[in-house]
Amino acid sequence: MLVVSTYLDHAATTPMNPDAIAAMSSALAIIGNPSSLHTDGRAVRKYVEDARDVLAKSIGCAPSEIIFTGSGTEANNIAVKGIYWQRNSDKSRPVIVTSAIEHQAVLEPMQWLVDHEGAELVVIPVTEDGVISLDALRLIVADRADEIALISVMHSNNETGAIQPIADVVEIAQEIPVHSDAIQSWCKTPFSFKELGLFAASLSGHKVGGPIGIGILILQRGIDIPALIHGGGQEREIRSGTVNAPSIVALAAAVTKSNYSAHEVAGLRHSFERALTTQLPDAIINATDADRLPGITSVTFPGTLNETLLLLLDGQNISCSTGAACTAGVHRPSHVLEAMGLDEIAVMSTLRFSFGATSSQSDVDSVMEALPKVVERARSAR
Amino acid sequence: MKLIAAMSGGVDSAVAAARAVEEGHEVIGVHLALSSNPQKYRSGARGCCTIEDSHDARRAADVIGIPFYIWDMAEEFHENVVENFMSEYKAGRTPNPCLRCNEKIKFAAVLDRAKKMGFDGVITGHYARTVDSPEGRTLHRAIDPLKDQSYVLAVLNREQISGAIFPLGDTEKVDIRIEAERRGLALAQKPDSHDICFVPSGDNAGWLRDRMGSEDGPIVDQDGKQLGTHKGAYTYTIGQRKGLGLTVPTADGSPRFVLKIEPVTNTVVVGAREELAISSMRGEKTIVCGPEITPGTHRGFVQVRAHGTPLPATYSYENGYLTAHLDEPLLGLATGQAMVIYEGDRVVASATICETA
Repeated sequence: MLVVSTYLDHAATTPMNPDAIAAMSSALAIIGNPSSLHTDGRAVRKYVEDARDVLAKSIGCAPSEIIFTGSGTEANNIAVKGIYWQRNSDKSRPVIVTSAIEHQAVLEPMQWLVDHEGAELVVIPVTEDGVISLDALRLIVADRADEIALISVMHSNNETGAIQPIADVVEIAQEIPVHSDAIQSWCKTPFSFKELGLFAASLSGHKVGGPIGIGILILQRGIDIPALIHGGGQEREIRSGTVNAPSIVALAAAVTKSNYSAHEVAGLRHSFERALTTQLPDAIINATDADRLPGITSVTFPGTLNETLLLLLDGQNISCSTGAACTAGVHRPSHVLEAMGLDEIAVMSTLRFSFGATSSQSDVDSVMEALPKVVERARSAR
Repeated sequence: MKLIAAMSGGVDSAVAAARAVEEGHEVIGVHLALSSNPQKYRSGARGCCTIEDSHDARRAADVIGIPFYIWDMAEEFHENVVENFMSEYKAGRTPNPCLRCNEKIKFAAVLDRAKKMGFDGVITGHYARTVDSPEGRTLHRAIDPLKDQSYVLAVLNREQISGAIFPLGDTEKVDIRIEAERRGLALAQKPDSHDICFVPSGDNAGWLRDRMGSEDGPIVDQDGKQLGTHKGAYTYTIGQRKGLGLTVPTADGSPRFVLKIEPVTNTVVVGAREELAISSMRGEKTIVCGPEITPGTHRGFVQVRAHGTPLPATYSYENGYLTAHLDEPLLGLATGQAMVIYEGDRVVASATICETA
């Protein structure tokens, strides 16, 4: 029996775009290493460079500013560590400035630099709507500008969808390089690398209908940073490894033939949130006063435990997310929600629902049919 | 029925879950994360809460074809099991944390949550049986005497027993491994876990010393004469002979044994083997596992260790205390251990030993 699920976890990963699947299938059949010098190699290289041109337009950067990586996490690691190493090579700039709500893919490489290389982390607090405090950033920069290696602030948050004022961050930073993890934002809300004046940014393929296993680091032209992975120097001497031509071609197809409509997704989210507030009036939608991505809703259900809600919803084939989990699969309180001032009990009663290109009103209807009973049952099992 | 299968990542709980599915129950697999800092891998055969174990449990659930979740019980486990383990030792008693875990976690916190979430009971891979009788459901020994775990389950009250399902009680362990192989469960050859899961080194004394410090104290004979010095009274067990480090020999050259641990004065009392003999015991915190125990004395068996011999005894239950008079004396019994009364293979009751004589 085929069970049709109500998939409301598009921020974790979203289905591959049919055009991307077709493009990838065709590309997989073509022989040639894009770094080879013969005709076969050059033919594949051409597809890769065509794709790079297409992607550069979508991102608002020069094609040469695109460095393909194996994931968004890898792009974040190269950016954070590489920029830090380059800027602190004479030990004069050990300070890394970041927000309290970054993804682990940014926080953990930073923490690694703190633990192993003597970096100092300065964290920008966020408001109760999950937006960074620009005043705090101004103070940090005024106080320590000469010691700062980089500032890294995500373009939008993966748990609440809150969009961050990156243009203002860049303006405050002045000469200090700014990196932005734009993995959730790309193709969902306006994002232009050039217009924002960023130094570097990270993107991921599978959040936009491309395949898993392809990420992009965008790094301003003419900047050289130390590599994390050595052995061939295929991507600007910064990222080695055979260039993943089929995934790159598929990603370009996903972006050019995107089936994602921000307007429609925002409409579904609105419909969901309206139904929520009517049927479960004590549910609290987080970050509502922030400018948010179209598809993400973070909801606190007082008196419940989110892992119980997830289990009960899953039992009705509804997929959503509790946020972070450790390697063993144990739910961990979200540092994002904690930074917004939610207490641990509220944090552990919060679920994320995220809509995407393939979502429809029937998904909203299914989840709203299930939720009131699930919440009631979860309350008694607290 | 709708059931939760507690899956440790070992072969027993995996086969138990698979059997329940085969019987037509709707089963969901749950792995209990009992440590907030789980180790990555099992070292040897010890432990049951590593990342590798949760991975193995997940793989088993996939093979069986059931949903799988991880429940974080680390806080409850620490409060009810780990802290109790330490405070019992601190008080000079010898606790059994597996019993506490069954009593407070697996068949309390988990069963309670399962019921409130709309499930009917909890399946585990314990080797024990339940029997439905006119007086309600009763707890019995498994048919494999070497694997029988009814002793560590004797802390379950009637209600808990009625929500517990033990699909392995009628099978021998060797057959479970064969069955796991047949079912394609990759963990068929995984070694059994034993000892205390949160003491992965197996060195209880060292573990206690690391957490509770080690204050030196006297080792004395029954007359109070100091014979040596110990490193923390709680690291000793009644009946212990080795590791006392005594240099003063006894008059007749016979070995000395730990007779008593006095936590307040941090004193370890040693003496001759005969002094260890006891003929009766009294237990508190009694849990009656089946039908009420009628007033007066009854004949049965008492077991004081997980795989100990059942000892013929006369027992009675009065004012919350369980008392047993042994037919033959027993050597070396520590307070804090559990006494479990059996009639035949049926578990009658359990209590925590508070007095011996």
